[in-house]
Amino acid sequence: MMAIPLLGALALLLPAGRFLPGETAVRRFGLGVSGATLLVAVSAVTAFDFGDPARMQLEIDRSWSPAIGLRFHLGMDGISLPLVLLTALLTFLCFVHTIKHPPAGGRTRLLTALLLVLEVGLLGTFTALDLVLFFVFFEVVLIPMYAIIAIWGGANRRPAATKFILYTLLGSGLLLVGMLLVGVQAGTLDMTVLADRHGEGLTRGVQITAFLLMGLGFAIKAPMWPLHTWLPAAHTEAPTVGSVLLAGTLLKMGTYGIIRIALPATPEGAVFWAPWLGLFAVVGIVYGALACLAQTDLKRMIAYSSVGHMGFVLLGIATLTPVGVNAALFGNVAHGLITGLLFFLAGSVKDRYGTGDLRELGGGMLTTAPRLAGVLTFASVASLGLPGLAGFWGEMLALLGAYRPNGDLPRGVFLAFMVAGALGALLTAAYFLRMLAKITHGPPPASVPDGAGRVSAYEYAAWTPLIALTLLVGLWPKTLLDVTTGPVRALFGGG
Amino acid sequence: MIQGIDYAAVAPPLILAVAAIGLLLADAFDVPRRVLGLLSGAAVAVALAAAVPLAFGDRRATFCVPAGLRGDGPPSCSYVADQFTMVFQIIVLAAALVVVLLSLREITDSRIPAGEFHFLLLAAVVGALTLVAARDLILLVVALETLSLPVFALVALRRYDGVASEAAIKLFLVSVVSAAVMLFGVSLVYGATGAMHLDRIAPALENLPGTLDPVAGAGIVLVLVGFGFKVAAVPFHFWAPDVYQGAPLPVAAFLSVVSKAAGFAGFAIVLSLGFPAYGHIWGPVVGVIAALTMTLGNLMALRQGTAIRLLAWSSIAQSGYMLAPLAVGANRLPEAVAATTAYMALYAVMNLGAFAVVIGFRRRLGAVGGWDSLADYQGLGRRSPAVAAALAFFLICLAGLPPGVMGLFAKVVVFRATVAGGVTWLAVIMALNTVIGLYYYLKWAVRLFGEPSGPAYATAVPGLPLRVVVAVTAAGAIVLSVAPQIVLQAVTSVT
Repeated sequence: MMAIPLLGALALLLPAGRFLPGETAVRRFGLGVSGATLLVAVSAVTAFDFGDPARMQLEIDRSWSPAIGLRFHLGMDGISLPLVLLTALLTFLCFVHTIKHPPAGGRTRLLTALLLVLEVGLLGTFTALDLVLFFVFFEVVLIPMYAIIAIWGGANRRPAATKFILYTLLGSGLLLVGMLLVGVQAGTLDMTVLADRHGEGLTRGVQITAFLLMGLGFAIKAPMWPLHTWLPAAHTEAPTVGSVLLAGTLLKMGTYGIIRIALPATPEGAVFWAPWLGLFAVVGIVYGALACLAQTDLKRMIAYSSVGHMGFVLLGIATLTPVGVNAALFGNVAHGLITGLLFFLAGSVKDRYGTGDLRELGGGMLTTAPRLAGVLTFASVASLGLPGLAGFWGEMLALLGAYRPNGDLPRGVFLAFMVAGALGALLTAAYFLRMLAKITHGPPPASVPDGAGRVSAYEYAAWTPLIALTLLVGLWPKTLLDVTTGPVRALFGGG
Repeated sequence: MIQGIDYAAVAPPLILAVAAIGLLLADAFDVPRRVLGLLSGAAVAVALAAAVPLAFGDRRATFCVPAGLRGDGPPSCSYVADQFTMVFQIIVLAAALVVVLLSLREITDSRIPAGEFHFLLLAAVVGALTLVAARDLILLVVALETLSLPVFALVALRRYDGVASEAAIKLFLVSVVSAAVMLFGVSLVYGATGAMHLDRIAPALENLPGTLDPVAGAGIVLVLVGFGFKVAAVPFHFWAPDVYQGAPLPVAAFLSVVSKAAGFAGFAIVLSLGFPAYGHIWGPVVGVIAALTMTLGNLMALRQGTAIRLLAWSSIAQSGYMLAPLAVGANRLPEAVAATTAYMALYAVMNLGAFAVVIGFRRRLGAVGGWDSLADYQGLGRRSPAVAAALAFFLICLAGLPPGVMGLFAKVVVFRATVAGGVTWLAVIMALNTVIGLYYYLKWAVRLFGEPSGPAYATAVPGLPLRVVVAVTAAGAIVLSVAPQIVLQAVTSVT
């Protein structure tokens, strides 16, 4: 599965003259490669035994460097499967989008190669079962994302890209120390073995230190308040495809890592830090919402809304209950779908009107560009958590988890978190409605750019799957929860 | 008493010593420059060829204490060619070969007397080869001086250049002071243990009467000073930037790789073979030195405006990473030594590559005078994409990010050994430092692909040897990035 995009990216290194001359050919090539990857991912889903999602399936396990006990160990279970699918889907949709709407800045060949490498890193992260291997893939995404922001980004792209890479590298450095601490003390780097042991063989002190280090690493990626400051800049400056992948999948690496590695390997450390994690998560929810209220730029607003949504995900994790972690996984996928869609839309708005500023956009988009505005309304409503759409379940279940946290955690504190989180959900509704009121309703401005109302087939192609899936998991949350529940229960030791 | 000498064991340094004298004589008889260079390169290659079979053979030892004088003690050989030695000898010789190739054009351009240059270079290499094989304190000191003395002269060979002379004086003074301090340390250790051979010192230190404890401790720390100077560890580092800048560039490359490799081998030898009993004393000392070295090196590198000074400070910072595993003291020391060795081997490839490009590029600047500032690299990617890509790859490797998987694995190994030895605080400092390091490496790499600015330099193609070096190091870096286990396996199996 990863071999396809990797080979595709390598093929693009060939001289331009001999291989795929012309921009369109390159774009089609990217589309084909990512489409093939998506097909493989889908076929992996069909091969997946849903009767036993807690078991690692489709494993590859080869010795890589016995000297440091490194194994090339990949595999999927119910936790990683949805994210793998999400990654393959979003990358494919990005290529669909690029066919007709390439970001300004040219160099399509390079962009295609970078996107494919990015996909390799993401898929690898979600399937790696060896700590060092996980780390390698975790790092693979950095340079491509940096380049995507720095080359095809907006006006302030350089500082944004630098901030992005420095922040995340800081996170991965700490992450590496934490993971090695676990690996060395436990004597194995295999994540499945570590998860089975539930922290056996690690002293409390080691667990607390390791969880702190790993948690910081993942929290920067997630991002958790107050480590989120790289995110708005990166999102705002990145081109559409960059923002979509950044929000849709890159952020998930952080929360996925906490669930996959930090929770099972260092359970005592998790219990020790969970109230803090919860606190920061709730602050993130409220802060994200308040910050959104003050934004005037569309992309920046969506970026801050990501901080809030990831706050819900982190709150779910912090409860340390199967319900909460399920909520987190659900929220991950839902956020990937909805925010991916929102960024596609924001990109389209910016393409048409040349600005993402809410004040300059003026109102009345429902009359001037009814289709675009319609989809935007749908995405916003989904994002603010309307029941029946994907965003609802993640938030609701996270709050539910906080109502009844793990027995080792102070319940009163989590009740307070729940109340604050619910307040944050209200504020979320407030800022999305404010945004909609500003740009879709009201009188249209005097001049509207030509062709603002038309939506190209490629844009539809990129949006439709996301809309459909948002509806699907919103109306039948069971489809997703069935897959994740098994492994999450296994994570907490049987039950 | 006449002793048998195992000539096969001492072949590599012996070949070079004979060749060095031969070259000096040949120069006196007006042999042309080109021939001298080729001869010198051939001598290094022959020595390398002699060293490779030794690496696969058994441990050989020579210059041992004769049976009659030995008493009950261990065999106490001064010169040991075991696999650890051979790994370092091969690193040193391969790097020396690269330096000879790099210097061919530089000698012509900078009007350096060729005979003297090659004689001094080979003499220094002999010192390095002996140092890594030495197993008693006297031979260690003698080898260290054999390595240091020719280098002063090498640095000063551009006699018309005041900066070079100043650099040489600086190097000389620091070196002499540190040698004196080291000798004092040796005398203290000898006074406390009554032995010069490391295999006798180690047991003697374990059974040392308490009253001699401070003497031995002080002696050990002072011995470390000598090697600390060689690897440019803080606070014995301040010669490095000025010397790198003043010296002919190939000599700077020599200092940053060959001489440093020898210094680290010396560190590893005395610490692991001689002083393991005092790990609780030198462990923390090395740890603090490592932390200071990497932090100061990285912080200063941030502020550099010229390529060569940036490389100098970054090379100091890299020394810090290499020292870090040794901070574990006696706790899992073999693993730590393996980590340092692996890092050294990988670092040699990437750093030589970066130096090769800088030397080649400097040639393109022509004799403009002054040093090439980082701004001069702006837009190198447009003029010669291959060279720029190679340099960017080396820099990314040094920063330790994919696609420079080689550098990433070097870091992983070092982190792992440090964490395994229980020095987690140092690992955290190292994690912070990698972020600082990334910033300046990345900034430089990004410049390469920016818009060209300033005057366009003549695009004279650098000489064949330089192109070969860049190609070979780049190929090596790519191979090791795809399969880093090659080095890791080799190193672990020998230490």
